[in-house]
Amino acid sequence: MTANGAVDWRDQIYDVFRENDIHHVAHVPDGGHAKLIKHCEADPKMKTVTLTTEEEGVAMLVGSWLGGERGALLIQSSGVGNCMNALSTVKHGKFPMLMLVSMRGTWGEGMPWQVPMGQATRAVLEAMGVIVYEVNAADEVRDTVEKASWLAFLSSVPVAVLLTQHLIGTKKFATA
Amino acid sequence: MTTAATSPILTLDRRSVVKALVADRGNDLMCVSGIGSPCWDLAAAGDHPLNFYLNGAMGSAAAIGLGLALAQPQKRALVITGDGELLMSLGVLATIGVAAPKNLAVVVLDNQVYLETGAQPTHTSHGVDLAAAARACAIPAAETVYTQADLDAALPRIRRADGPIFAVIKISPEKPPLVLPPLEATYTKHRMREALTGKP
Repeated sequence: MTANGAVDWRDQIYDVFRENDIHHVAHVPDGGHAKLIKHCEADPKMKTVTLTTEEEGVAMLVGSWLGGERGALLIQSSGVGNCMNALSTVKHGKFPMLMLVSMRGTWGEGMPWQVPMGQATRAVLEAMGVIVYEVNAADEVRDTVEKASWLAFLSSVPVAVLLTQHLIGTKKFATA
Repeated sequence: MTTAATSPILTLDRRSVVKALVADRGNDLMCVSGIGSPCWDLAAAGDHPLNFYLNGAMGSAAAIGLGLALAQPQKRALVITGDGELLMSLGVLATIGVAAPKNLAVVVLDNQVYLETGAQPTHTSHGVDLAAAARACAIPAAETVYTQADLDAALPRIRRADGPIFAVIKISPEKPPLVLPPLEATYTKHRMREALTGKP
């Protein structure tokens, strides 16, 4: 719960993981995912792995699926670019993949280095056959992540949910 | 400088090494082979439902082994890859060292060249020590194998000791005849999942 009594969307993502038997969580830490990562790490039923780079997570979750487990990859938009060649296995082998991507470089971004990859995130994911959902409001998070997980694991396709800066908020670096 | 082709330390035959790695495997050993020659070697040692041949996505083999090991803690996961393939994703050693799955072994067949592309030297031919890198990445059980005697001593560790285990096996840069494994990952994926879980 948040201070004003509303349900926190980060808690809801964790609930979706639990309800859908998502037991492997691979991540490159990001502020947008920080609370969710804490939940997963505190859960003995979950195997939470910190990566050095995002493509390791794509490969790891291919292995998880081969071994009969469902997983999710938590990354920042800048890390999407690192995943491309690893996604060859996913596309060629028709593996499910659930990616939750916290966005930078879009809505009101004040750090110019984030803009190139943030603006290219959707295009490069779609170029590798990843289905992209976008979520802009807290009350859409639970349903979107749940349906993304159903689509990924029941239809064996890669799905990325972009958690936009409308949802996460925009980090302010300087006065506009 | 000693080149890969003339090095006295590169004597082991890759096909014999891989055959020994998977000998008498039963249904407890799950193998992931890295792109190129390790896939041909694993196929030559005998196709198996618990083999996943990674014929692309260079740099992914060890991390796939990690996911597999975490998903199937009662079975052994063995990654067989090349020096060039591992060098592409050296950070995965740190990830494996920290995740520390007891049932994972990563074996690097190190011929010190990119064999498939014309035997250009890899960094291991210029002094890069992958076993030392693994130890520095919190994988203390890391060694380099040069001789048949070394290999005989290392095999029980690779197959059974508490991991993560990391072994660099120096091999001759010969190119044995091509033995193609199944190339469709949809097939090898369903086959492995079915063997492990009873459903595709």
